[in-house]
Amino acid sequence: MVNDGPTRRDVMAAAAAITSAALAPGMETQAQDQSPLLRSIPSTMERIPAIGLGSWITFNVGNDDVLRDECAAVMAAFFDAGGRVIDSSPMYGSSQAVIGHGLDKLNRPSQLFAADKVWTSSGSQGPAQIEQSRRLWDVPRLDLLQVHNLLAWESHLKTLFDMKASGNVRYVGITTSEGRRHDLLEDIMRTQPLDFVQLTYNIDDRDVEERILRLARDRSIGVIVNRPFQQGALTRRLEGTPLPEWAGEIGATTWAQFILKFILGHPDITVVIPATTRVDHVRENLAAGSGPLPDEAMRSRMIAYVQDL
Amino acid sequence: MSEWWTYRLHDFLLFSPRVYWRVFELHNEAVWPLQILTMAAGVAILILLVRPRPRSHKIISFLMAMLWIWVAWSFLWNRYASINWAAPYVVPAFLIEAALFLWVGCYRGTLRFPGPGTRRAVGLGVVVYAVFVHPLVALFAGRPIEAAEVFGIAPDPTAIATLGLAVLVPRLGVGWFLVVIPALWCIASAVTLYALEAADGWIPLAAAGVAFGYQTWPRNVIKRPAH
Repeated sequence: MVNDGPTRRDVMAAAAAITSAALAPGMETQAQDQSPLLRSIPSTMERIPAIGLGSWITFNVGNDDVLRDECAAVMAAFFDAGGRVIDSSPMYGSSQAVIGHGLDKLNRPSQLFAADKVWTSSGSQGPAQIEQSRRLWDVPRLDLLQVHNLLAWESHLKTLFDMKASGNVRYVGITTSEGRRHDLLEDIMRTQPLDFVQLTYNIDDRDVEERILRLARDRSIGVIVNRPFQQGALTRRLEGTPLPEWAGEIGATTWAQFILKFILGHPDITVVIPATTRVDHVRENLAAGSGPLPDEAMRSRMIAYVQDL
Repeated sequence: MSEWWTYRLHDFLLFSPRVYWRVFELHNEAVWPLQILTMAAGVAILILLVRPRPRSHKIISFLMAMLWIWVAWSFLWNRYASINWAAPYVVPAFLIEAALFLWVGCYRGTLRFPGPGTRRAVGLGVVVYAVFVHPLVALFAGRPIEAAEVFGIAPDPTAIATLGLAVLVPRLGVGWFLVVIPALWCIASAVTLYALEAADGWIPLAAAGVAFGYQTWPRNVIKRPAH
């Protein structure tokens, strides 16, 4: 399906954007210091917290009751700090079941925004896998379903758009990571009415800035950022180095906050989903939404500083 | 998988080191005191190798078959699969290994472990390592003894012991299954440990290398047994 001109969706999004801008000028809002940083989903202008929670590796703890409860504690701290978006995938081992366990322990927080994926090379097996995922989360429906790593994307997107039309999912997206298959990603973004695209973006991996993020803005597609810390490699590389004094100007007190603020300083980023196993880290991550975000000049300064290390 | 060359080893890692080693800890706790029985089976195999009796080779094959089945079901299927969705796909290979032990070793009775010359020392050494030393690697690597990988309970020492038996067989023939499946497992395990940045990842790889090397090294280099 090719969409050349403005669609009904585009018009609605534009109208909602104008309304939102009139009510809350600026790129994002924080009514109070403690409230989470909010961003708008471009296709509907629904407001969601800009810092979410990933589950790759960190929530794959199997049947280990001790570690399952630790994950539930991370989720509790996440929701306490105003978080909503949790992201998972059938590829992530036991992560979906562990999220379900955590939600159960937390009495099913109503603010949850459940983001999951479909990951199978068979289009016909997609619906069964999605239903299995929903059961593992134990939620009435998932808010966002994404085609994981573009696997069998044509057949899965058809399934997901049908589900959206019938009200069984609210948003549809596609994902990639580590800069893979960006040409195909662009093609799909140009031709399909996506709500979200998920990709890797951080202070070291900025390939998406030139084309993908601009395209997302032009097409009113929300952007979810995975692997903000390069699976911990980026923070491990930086942790021996002191933060620059001027990091205080944007309220960053740790390297993790420095990195997250850099990402969120880009106006086309909707949500970033750092993963962690630690309660103190999830609080630290959520706190990155407090205080000022870097403007373009500050972001350039941040890049130059990290590159020189 | 497209653009496969862009993937790094770490991209395939599904779990953290802590979760991986706790799997062994929880498994040991769940099956205790079965470790005593499997260790006893290991000791029995060593005794039968050192002081062979008429049906020693069949008893050894039977014990090994039972241990491969047990590890496949209890560890891979019931435990490891909870954090690694690929584990169930390995189970058939373990069951084939067990079936071949039963077929070639017990039914046909053609699998014997004479271990002549240096083979004897190396082969027995590898089996002794698998049964008695490998469980202690956890301590040397800074992990609790509760996370020890025990022969007949965890796949690595079971595969390593099988590779030791392979060294003891001068001409494997159909007995190549003693090398192929355990070596493939050891390579997979070494890759996993490398991705987990565990210092002991070279051990299963070395065991596979020793067994493969002894079976493929030019025969004129290895001293033939005196007749």
